[in-house]
Amino acid sequence: MRRDYDVAVIGGGLLGSAIAWGLGRLDARVCVLDEGDIARRASRANFALVWVQGKGLGFPAYADWTVEGAGRWPELAEALRYQTGLDLCYERPGGFHMALSEREMEARAAVASRMAAQGAAAGIELLGRDELRRLMPQIGPDVVGASYCPMDGHVNSLRTFRAFHEGMRGLGVDYRAEAPVEAIEARPGGGFELRTPAGEMGAARVVLAAGNANERLARQVGLHAPMLPTRGQIIVTERTGRFLDHLVMTIRQTDEGSIMIGDSKEEVLEDAETTLRVGAVIADRARRIFPALARLNVVRTWSGIRVMTRDGFPIYDESTSHPGAFVACCHSGVTLAAQHAFVLAPMILAGRLDARAAPFSARRFADAPATLAA
Amino acid sequence: MFRRAMADPRPEVGITIDGAAVRAREGDTVAAALLASGRDVRRRTAVSGAARLPFCMMGVCFDCLVSIDGVGNRQGCLIAVREGMRVEVQRGARQVGR
Repeated sequence: MRRDYDVAVIGGGLLGSAIAWGLGRLDARVCVLDEGDIARRASRANFALVWVQGKGLGFPAYADWTVEGAGRWPELAEALRYQTGLDLCYERPGGFHMALSEREMEARAAVASRMAAQGAAAGIELLGRDELRRLMPQIGPDVVGASYCPMDGHVNSLRTFRAFHEGMRGLGVDYRAEAPVEAIEARPGGGFELRTPAGEMGAARVVLAAGNANERLARQVGLHAPMLPTRGQIIVTERTGRFLDHLVMTIRQTDEGSIMIGDSKEEVLEDAETTLRVGAVIADRARRIFPALARLNVVRTWSGIRVMTRDGFPIYDESTSHPGAFVACCHSGVTLAAQHAFVLAPMILAGRLDARAAPFSARRFADAPATLAA
Repeated sequence: MFRRAMADPRPEVGITIDGAAVRAREGDTVAAALLASGRDVRRRTAVSGAARLPFCMMGVCFDCLVSIDGVGNRQGCLIAVREGMRVEVQRGARQVGR
């Protein structure tokens, strides 16, 4: 049976499901059109940090948006726990970005001073080796120092993803798997027709939240989403007793004790393989940071494709040629989940992005079309 | 729980389980020696702390995880006993560095 919706969200990853859950809380009639289990889903491959440190360098509005989003995580975690009973294990122990050479330390210092110069709310402290050792006696002899931001945190991101989906179901959001949108057509009287392999449906508004596929979909509705995806690889060890009280940007211990090691970046878009060459570098850096990790057994490795815009900053935009069409693209589906659920969703339901979203328009790209709302 | 066959002719091998001297047999896996010891050798799982004993005895289920000579999370069913081996039943997650 055909149904019409207030909003169709294209993409059921962390970003799409956060928006759809936020819309569902506002009693909107919402459908989520998603791919299936074998989608290249960053939401199942990510590192689960709620990371603030250094975000928005050269883009103060993004720095503020990130600080606000991290600040609202407790509220999001509580709302989802209350509704679904799932504990998202949100913690904010502060995060370290380790330097393994004087050159890396200079790079950390440059980030800290540039963030301070642009008035960032999230202060970054620099710690020398001795200071760092008092906080983290586990570090190895190669660690020169680190930058530290007390606002950095982490969650159980798989459980977050599940909580959004259970939450959506509880709110009556209509979720369709195996229904990737092939075409979006504007209806003469307003609204959209969406064609999927699972049939057609209609919606007054449409939100593109399809990750890197937004680039293709955006063109159909006068929007612009230039993407530049990269691949990341992650190594996971067996579960261990509590080892890390803080986060390291590339190493974290999960709520259940596994140690995740990550942060590689390749210009490769195949997510069905991991490579020894990259894994060896990741593991070697982890071992230099914390020598005791060397004896742990690795139980899993995987790779994932990052959702990344061409300049690395989020895009939130609306179309003038296709009123009611919105796009949301960002790398930080975990960090910004509260912003997407609590701030972006109400704007979309109201039919108009407001001043908080304005800095994120794709108008900043030289090749932007003239159909983006001013 | 398990009783050794009376006619088992294999030579004995001395190991310790949680510090107590135990006589195993040459060719026993650590998991078999644990089960035959008559001791309470239930490990505790890393997350929920549930009690577990060696189960599949062929390297698949990981329910025989045990600390051997100070190294945690070893699969007892895949490792043969050696004279003087120190086996500790692992209660909870392995500790990093052990």
